[in-house]
Parts: sequence; structure tokens; C-alpha cells
Amino acid sequence: MSENKIEIKNLHKAFGKKVVLDGIDLEIKKGESLVVIGGSGTGKSVLIKCIQGILVPDSGSIKVDGQEIVNANEEIRDAMHGKMGMLFQGGALFDSLTVWENVAFGLIENKRMPRKEAKMEAVRLLRQVGLTPDVADLSPSELSGGMQKRVSLARAIATRPEIIFFDEPTTGLDPIMSDVINDLIIESAKGLGATALTITHDMASARKIADKIAMLYKGKIIWQGTVKEMDNTENPYVRQFINGCSQGPIKVEI
Amino acid sequence: MAKNIVENFLRKLGKPLVVFIQRLGELSLFIAKAVYNCVTPPFYIKLLGRQFLDIGFYSLPVVALTTIFAGMVIALQTYSGFSSYGAESAIASVVLISVTRELAPVFCGLMVAGRIGAAMAAEIGTMKVTEQIDALVTLSTNPFKYLFTPRLLAGIFVLPLLVMIGDIIGIFGGFLVSVYQLGFNPANYITNTINELQAIDINIGLTKGAVFGFIIALMGCYNGYKSRGGAQGVGEATTNAVVASSILILIFNYIITGMFFTK
Repeated sequence: MSENKIEIKNLHKAFGKKVVLDGIDLEIKKGESLVVIGGSGTGKSVLIKCIQGILVPDSGSIKVDGQEIVNANEEIRDAMHGKMGMLFQGGALFDSLTVWENVAFGLIENKRMPRKEAKMEAVRLLRQVGLTPDVADLSPSELSGGMQKRVSLARAIATRPEIIFFDEPTTGLDPIMSDVINDLIIESAKGLGATALTITHDMASARKIADKIAMLYKGKIIWQGTVKEMDNTENPYVRQFINGCSQGPIKVEI
Repeated sequence: MAKNIVENFLRKLGKPLVVFIQRLGELSLFIAKAVYNCVTPPFYIKLLGRQFLDIGFYSLPVVALTTIFAGMVIALQTYSGFSSYGAESAIASVVLISVTRELAPVFCGLMVAGRIGAAMAAEIGTMKVTEQIDALVTLSTNPFKYLFTPRLLAGIFVLPLLVMIGDIIGIFGGFLVSVYQLGFNPANYITNTINELQAIDINIGLTKGAVFGFIIALMGCYNGYKSRGGAQGVGEATTNAVVASSILILIFNYIITGMFFTK
């Protein structure tokens, strides 16, 4: 048994009266790629933001490498952030900076790498995600959606994080570009030996990048297993979700 | 029945009050956090420099235009009001006092609030709704230090400088009108101005500038940071930043004048 990289116990989070996370228990092993699936508005993003410390949960425990991070002091949280990278749904590239400055942001600001060296590293990373060096000096707004995702991926892996979060990495991309991004995610996560946590509702993407899949419904993890187990499960919620049926136990709230 | 009416009334009164107190608390926490981050390292010197340029240098044209016309109109009005009792000496001192104590600080404040407060709220609001601020956090960068500290410090230090420049240009406006339009002696105007000038005229302008600069940057950052839900949220944040800072500038202008002149 390999050790747990992330361990979440009984995590609760509510916004006012709206309960979003209602007792999440989840373990992610070192080097594993876990994909959390679930409908829109089931709290997938909130879960990731709690692990990153962007949101503070109401109760429960989150341990990264055995270190409690809920209500941890700034020093511990800073150290945690140094271990994490994230690919945001919309890319979240800084539009006041050029493409290469975006990629090298963590290297320059935190690892104190000289700018010249950082630029070379950024160009290398851009190549790794399939972009040519001539985009390095462009502004992010001059790039297409797929290219922005690639740049964002390059930025997420630049500091060689131990944990990478992917927030709906394929949303808004065409199927072929989605598959390209999936390949890049697998490549970069495996290349770094990083632990990956992805949230998505794109089943093709989930099948491809997951070692393990967990389904989030109404603030709870209602099912976990491998892709194979998912295809054979009798769980009506999972079956409805992966088959994309409007009929079933999951009622769409309009 | 009567009990219901009372209860409903209290409930109606209660909710906005609770929301108001909540906002006040949020704002106080934001201020405390922002000020703490202003005085603790790391500092982003380059970003601070860019804010100095944005808030200070690029605001010079609007500040110059508003203060020169303010000084000119005051000279003209003083002439029409005082022409029967020796307008020549009155114009210089009225222009001096009104420009340095009130007009230059307030106009600088309001113009910069419109120019910079709005831009800050829009930029930070957009960064918020497109998750760029979350991205900063995941890249181990404190958004307070990276985004808010440079803006607040630049606001506090640049506005007094702008007010000083506004003072000079405003007085120059008064000089232009009284010499070229009203035909008074330029040497007399300058002597009158220098004789009338007191340290308090400069001090009050500097104080007001620093306070207004803080208000503008604070409202821009706070409203931007609190914006939610896409383009509409950012638009709202921008409006709120400008309206709130304009109102606060006028209120604090009164309070500071009161502190300086009622002893």
C-alpha cells in the first residue's frame, strides 16, 4: 500500500443556507490520478478550492502529506501552495503579462530564478505542451482557447508541483483538442510523478486520465472505483450519469 | 395582528441593518489585512513603480485641466463679487485659499477617483471573476501584496504630489485671468500670493491628498475584490468604487477641514 498524498475526512462547507459539501471523505494516493465526476453545481470546484486553501471549510479535516491544512497558519499554507499547481477552467492567465511571463510566474516570483533563465525554461515548457517559441512574447488574449489551456498547463507544471489540480480541463474545447489536452495532462502528470485531482463532467476525458473515479452528488462522494468498475457498476446514480440520461434517480434542479 | 405588524417592521429594518454591519465588518477586516501587508515584506517594487506612473503621471493632464479652470473661475467670480472693494488684492488671496485648501484636493480626488478608482475596480474585478486572483494564490503569491499593496501605497504617496501640482496650476489659472483678462499688475498678484501663503495651506492639501488617495485605492481594490458573477458584477463593482470613493472624499474633505480650522 502506498501512502496517501491527500486525505479528506468529513468535510463540510455551506454558503449561507446552501449546503455544498456535506461530509466528504476522500483519499488520494501518491502518484495516483483521481477524477471526480458530478453534475454542474454539485460542489466539485468548491472541493478543489478547499484543498487549496482558497476557501475555508466549515468543518472537517484535509491532510496533505499528513499535514493538516484546515486552519493552518500562513507558513504551512505557503509551503502547501509550493507543492501544488492548478489548471483553471478558464485558463486564468494573467492578461497584464505576456505568455512566457505567465508560464514563468512561479519561477520568477517564488523560486527567484533570473528572468533570462526563466524565459528559457518557459520556452522549453511551451514546447513541451506543443506550442512554438514565437507565442512566448504574445499576450494571452491573442491566443485561441486551446492554446490558452496549453499555456495554463505549462504554468501549472512549471514549478514541478507534487500535486496538480485540473478544473474541467476540456470544457469549451472541441473533441480533438480535448483529447490532445488529455494526453498532455497524462504526460505531464506522469512525467513529474505528480498526484492529480481532476474535476470534470466530460466522461471521455475522465475515462482517459483516471486511475480512479469518484462521483460527487449532493455534497457527498456516493461512489468510487476504477474505470472498469464504473462500467460494471449497478449504482443507478453512476449509471445515469455516465450514460447521460435525463431519467433516473438524479433529478435536474431547474 | 399588531404584533405581526411590529414584527414585520423590525424584520424589514433588521435585514439591511445586519447587511450593513456585515459589510462594515468585511471592509474593516479588508483594511486591517491590506495595511498589515503594506508594512511587511516581500515588496513588489516594480509594481509599485507602475502604479506611481499610472496614478500619478498619467493623471497629470486631467488634474492640470480641472485645477487651472477652477483657479480661473474663482478669479473671475471674486472679481465680480469684490470689484467694489479693491478686487486686486482680494483675488490673489481668495484664489490661493480656495484652491490650496479645497478645490485642488477635491478636484484631484474626484478626477483620480473617476480615472483610477474605476480602472482598479474593473481590473481587479475581472481578475476575480476569471479566477486570476485564485491563480495568484495557487502560485504562492499573496494577492494582497501583489495587487493591493502597490495600489494603496501609490495612492497614499502620489495624490499629495498631484495636489501640490494642482495648487500651483490653480493659482496660475487665477494669475492668468487677473493679469490678461482683468488687466491687473502681475507683480502685485505674485507678491500678494506669497504674502498670503501659510504653511497650513500646503499641509491641508497634503493631508487631504493622502487620505483621498487611500480612499480611492481602497474602494477600487475592495469593490473589485468583492465582485461576483461576470461582466455585470464587474460593472457594478466599478460603479460602486467611483460612487463610494466620491462620496467619501467629500465627507472626509469636510472632516479634515474641520480638524484643521476649528480649534
